[in-house]
Amino acid sequence: MSDTTIPVTTRKDWTSDQEVRWCPGCGDYSILAAVQLLMPDLGIRREDTVFVSGIGCAARFPYYMNTYGMHTIHGRAPAIATGLALARPDLHVLVVSGDGDALSIGGNHLIHALRRNVNITILLFNNQIYGLTKGQYSPTSEVGKVTKSTPFGSLDHPFNPVSVAIGAEASFVARTHDMDRQHMMEVFRRAFEHRGSSLVEIYQNCNVFNDGAFADVTAKEHRADMLIPLRHGEPIRFGADGERGVVIDTQHGAHLVDVADVGEDALLVHDETRDDPSVAFMLSRLATGPHEPTPIGVFRDVVRPDYGEGVNQQIAAAQEQRGPGDLGALLRSGATWNVN
Amino acid sequence: MIDRVVIRFAGDSGDGMQLTGDRFTNSSALYGNDLATLPDFPAEIRAPAGTLAGVSAFQVHISDHDITTPGDAPNVLVAMNPAALHSQLDRVAPGATIILNEDAFDERHLTKAGYDADPRRDGALDGYTVYEVPMTSLTKGAVTPLGVKPRDAERSKNFFALGLISWMYTRPVEPTLEWIQRRFVARPDVAEANTAAFKAGHAFGETAELFDHPYEVHPATLPAGMYTNITGNTALAWGLIAASQLSGMPLFLGSYPITPASDILHELSKHKNFGVRTLQAEDEIAGIGAAVGAAYGGHLGATTTSGPGMALKAETMGLAVNLELPIIVIDIQRGGPSTGLPTKTEQADLLMAYYGRHGEAPLPILAPRNPGHCFEVAIEAARIALTWRTPVILLSDGYLANGSEPWRLPDVDSLPDLSPTFATAPNHVNADGEPEFWPYLRDPETLARAWALPGTPDLMHRIGGLEKEEGTGNVSYDPVNHEEMVRIRAEKVARIAESIPDVEVTGDVEDAEVLVVGWGSTWGAIDGAVSRARRAGHRVAHAHLVHLNPFPRNLGDVLRRYPRVLVPELNLGQLAHQLRAEFLVDARTVSKVRGLPFTAAELEQAIVDHLKEGA
Repeated sequence: MSDTTIPVTTRKDWTSDQEVRWCPGCGDYSILAAVQLLMPDLGIRREDTVFVSGIGCAARFPYYMNTYGMHTIHGRAPAIATGLALARPDLHVLVVSGDGDALSIGGNHLIHALRRNVNITILLFNNQIYGLTKGQYSPTSEVGKVTKSTPFGSLDHPFNPVSVAIGAEASFVARTHDMDRQHMMEVFRRAFEHRGSSLVEIYQNCNVFNDGAFADVTAKEHRADMLIPLRHGEPIRFGADGERGVVIDTQHGAHLVDVADVGEDALLVHDETRDDPSVAFMLSRLATGPHEPTPIGVFRDVVRPDYGEGVNQQIAAAQEQRGPGDLGALLRSGATWNVN
Repeated sequence: MIDRVVIRFAGDSGDGMQLTGDRFTNSSALYGNDLATLPDFPAEIRAPAGTLAGVSAFQVHISDHDITTPGDAPNVLVAMNPAALHSQLDRVAPGATIILNEDAFDERHLTKAGYDADPRRDGALDGYTVYEVPMTSLTKGAVTPLGVKPRDAERSKNFFALGLISWMYTRPVEPTLEWIQRRFVARPDVAEANTAAFKAGHAFGETAELFDHPYEVHPATLPAGMYTNITGNTALAWGLIAASQLSGMPLFLGSYPITPASDILHELSKHKNFGVRTLQAEDEIAGIGAAVGAAYGGHLGATTTSGPGMALKAETMGLAVNLELPIIVIDIQRGGPSTGLPTKTEQADLLMAYYGRHGEAPLPILAPRNPGHCFEVAIEAARIALTWRTPVILLSDGYLANGSEPWRLPDVDSLPDLSPTFATAPNHVNADGEPEFWPYLRDPETLARAWALPGTPDLMHRIGGLEKEEGTGNVSYDPVNHEEMVRIRAEKVARIAESIPDVEVTGDVEDAEVLVVGWGSTWGAIDGAVSRARRAGHRVAHAHLVHLNPFPRNLGDVLRRYPRVLVPELNLGQLAHQLRAEFLVDARTVSKVRGLPFTAAELEQAIVDHLKEGA
């Protein structure tokens, strides 16, 4: 808030007058609260902020923010946000999406937005279920999931959203969960401040159709043993006394160890800024699902050219070289002749 | 001296026939002829050499008077190999001149082309004036002394053919020689070889005693002004740039490569100094999605595609209808359904443009009638989109896209101002007397909604695909509101009619026995057919629609004024269906769905047959 031209705001200023209509007890409430609490602290104006969403429970998010907003089409939010961000680099464009929206119907747009590194912040609410359509399995549901559309259990192997994003070489990838407001706010801030595409997976509880999907790792009593906090520049360790940790060896890749067995110096020191995404990818594979010790925090934060900046540089260079466009000259630019 | 000639260049896909035709066209344009072209090439980039599937052709009609079509049947066929002859011969005019590349008529090539016997010897070419020219060996002879390898030397044979035809029709030589230098500036050896081949072809015409004399087609008398030769796709690209300049809104094109629309993306991507942003999106849906996003941000959003892409964009068009945001959707129609005939022309997406969306989602539809007209219609599409805050569909087709004609440059200063009005202040007062912004408050005349751009203080609002409450724009599930909104969106599009000109009738306006109604690229062929039928003594009128939704206000009266209505279309009768539904007239269809434009002759015949039928 050092910039005096930005008015001081509170959570209330960022809250729209629309009644929030998620199911009581939904994890979306705590995510909305974290975002609304964070916004006044980001040093930006409400009118310069746009939330873009697709379809799904999470996609109602823009209606609840007193900013500009667009609730669009299932899966297409990253594409629509790409157009907006390229047209208006002065805006802060955030995309709110769910696991079905981002990874099923919109999977293509997601990976291409990440690969291009368009300057947008993507919040991916992962509840491992289709909520709005009332309880079908999603592309992040575990194998064998019994739902209305899979009475004999689902056969599909799930996506790990963080792995997908790192595979697409996203320049910023993080994970957080809806039970820890402080952690969410820290990660959201980092994602927002990152230049280029950033993706945050948020473990979000759907208490109606998939209650407790993440409880094994996010419940207060399990967190110390089941969440592996990633902190840049620090050895990766977890457990109530930091007794467990992560090492990488050439035979087994990244895996969990007891620190006592290998010694502190053997632990992998987390480096978010490593250009090569393969270590971040290995970290994303430590857990096969939210029932095993799972890393949270920022997996990757690297500097890559921002697509929109490149677009604008090409325009500026063309104008520099050829001057601003002259329509009459354009029409005469081919071979011309006069008829008298 | 002759007043007009239709020349068709045909060869293998790799023979450079499009380049040859294009070059001949440009030197004819510079010479001052009126002209029209019809590129006709296969979808495969390089089908097996020498086969019928691989034949690529380019037809050009040059004239000393105003013409509207690329000609019905070629008077001259240049066939670079037997396959070219075999596949094109049935199009050629009786008694036409056929120039063959003699070197390619060996047994292997004849077999590949599906000939059991040599057509030069078995009477197949009786009645034609046939010239056999050993183009390959003459080209090699001219080019190998420059140190070019024999295999590479052969590649210049299209320039030999170009030189020969340029001599036959007295085309100026310099523009082509200069063009070769420019085009191959990075490959001086290739430039030198092509120049040598071109000169050799020209000299061959002059010195060989095969041809008794060159022909001359004098410059045409066209309205005064500066002209350039332009294809429909280039005209659309320039029209979008013009619309951007006229509206003061930067142009944003979201597009996915698809034949025959990609050239618009290519052209626009060159003009970044106009502030044009082009995004080659990951798919068709992202292309239009990005255009909608850019439109929300206040840019002139556009997307370009062909039929299969239109199908993919349908959902996003529905969103734009609901958001009431302006975007321009350009469909370069091609043969369908599915992949169909990607490089061939058709007009079969019309009913998709009218009805191909979920829910009640009416959209304005426009169709240009010739390549140059594409420029004007792109500007008109922007005018409608920006004034009424609506997506607009512009239907061009493969024939307009790649065909070219001389285009008189418009006076840039006479083009309309398209600047939209953006909301900058609250437009409503709430119950507590506080000012607020309602994004769905409407202009009482146009019914266009208030449009506030992100970045505007105090006007923050949310829009989306869920039904809006009229006025506030808040989500509403109210049944009465939904019906009201459906009707408002329809009425808004209907009101556009108040701003569009009446449809003009030409020909026997007062007493025609039949009114021929067309739309889009069939204009030239219909115009030619109507003129011919009238010269033959029939009373015929012609009305051509540019605005297809809404229709011009006088269309119903015009249709009812004549005893018969005939609608030629490159589909099975889509406009006729629409005219019947809307105006209860007995509109009859003349169909053609062969991937080719109508010829004036076949339409003349259709008109005459129709008149006989009921007489």
